[in-house]
Amino acid sequence: MRVAATPTSSQIVTVTVNGTAYEREVPARRLLVHFLRDDLDLTGTHIGCDTGSCGACTVHLDGVAVKSCAVLAVQADGAQVTTVEGLGDDELTPLQQSFSDHHALQCGYCTPGMLMSASALLAENASPTEEEVKVGLQGNICRCTGYWNIVEAVVAAGKGSA
Amino acid sequence: MLLREVSYARPASIEEAVALLSEHEGARALAGGQTLVNVMKQRAASPDVLVDLGKLDELRTISVSGTTLQIGAMATLASIMRSSEVEVSRPILAEVAATIADVQVRNRGTLGGNICVNDPTNHFPPLLVALGASMTVLGTGGERTLTADEFFVGVFETAVGEGELLTRIDVPAGGKGAGDGMAGVTLGAHGTYVANAAASVADGTWRIALGCVGAVPVRATAVEEKLAGADVDEAVARTAVEGLGATLDPPSDVHASADYRRSLAETSAVRAILQAAEKARG
Repeated sequence: MRVAATPTSSQIVTVTVNGTAYEREVPARRLLVHFLRDDLDLTGTHIGCDTGSCGACTVHLDGVAVKSCAVLAVQADGAQVTTVEGLGDDELTPLQQSFSDHHALQCGYCTPGMLMSASALLAENASPTEEEVKVGLQGNICRCTGYWNIVEAVVAAGKGSA
Repeated sequence: MLLREVSYARPASIEEAVALLSEHEGARALAGGQTLVNVMKQRAASPDVLVDLGKLDELRTISVSGTTLQIGAMATLASIMRSSEVEVSRPILAEVAATIADVQVRNRGTLGGNICVNDPTNHFPPLLVALGASMTVLGTGGERTLTADEFFVGVFETAVGEGELLTRIDVPAGGKGAGDGMAGVTLGAHGTYVANAAASVADGTWRIALGCVGAVPVRATAVEEKLAGADVDEAVARTAVEGLGATLDPPSDVHASADYRRSLAETSAVRAILQAAEKARG
């Protein structure tokens, strides 16, 4: 891994996103979410509030859920990133199917972030309780559903995979 | 949102990080970035150089040395919540970490970052003052250790000077006869504080710190003295805290008037004291 001894305004970043390795020169000021959306054309990751509050931009960075608007792309150098595009191939994952079955989205804007937070939770806790799901999704805001169906969908997905 | 142009370096050692911070004017350490990146969007902070501590794994260790819990400045809030050392030595740290923001923020946000920001509404500054923590700060001239009372200097200001780096937070391990508590009113379930109090007792000696009522955590020394050696129940706690609010000069803002904060400080102190007393009884 490259280590910069002298500060520079751009860096070569090597990052694996959804299993594909990319090497790009990026400005130090570029947010990870912009790198994913604008440089790699992975527009499934949404920008909601752009203040680190809403969670629409949630991705997995080395396996843990992070808000990609509060991470610089250069900080992801050498890391594995998973975005919503990387959750399933052509078919929906059980979690995604559960969102569909429980009508866990209306406008869908928050859904990629919800799915990434929920899948991180399920990876740690295969069968979370309703309370655990609510805590796990605390960093994700939805303005349509009132959350009930989202919580139900994640609890059900957990039961399905337990 | 675009950030202002900034230079970036990712040192491979603590010494290199200190060298970078001291050699470059306008350099700032980048820890988890959960505050810094967001305030850079608003131009509330505009560093010229970011020194990313992300690869310095030696700053992420949590260990116990004798009767001291040693937490690396880059330990994330999530790792503090999961740490068996924290659970055994000073569980309040994990309990409070779990009430900060949300999963994603706790996965990136660090203890060092939380206290170096020293936002008066942050959770850890008053708690670490109550716990009698100390901070190790490294500069090109060597290492120095500061008490928590010395560390917090002003709003968004700490005793970490230019070219220096906070490397470790030491917390005395609790034990039999010791107990900690923290209570307050937050904006939303896990939001920042409007007012809070942290209390810690060991063998009848108390340390109590109030948050959000001044530029830095405020020690309630008069209350500490009244409680010394006492068998604390609710009546004793209320009597000890009586008049505390009148000694404070808290700010007024959209969330609470100064008078309301005085009242919240008293109520929070009583609750934190009762939590600590109950834990001390085992």
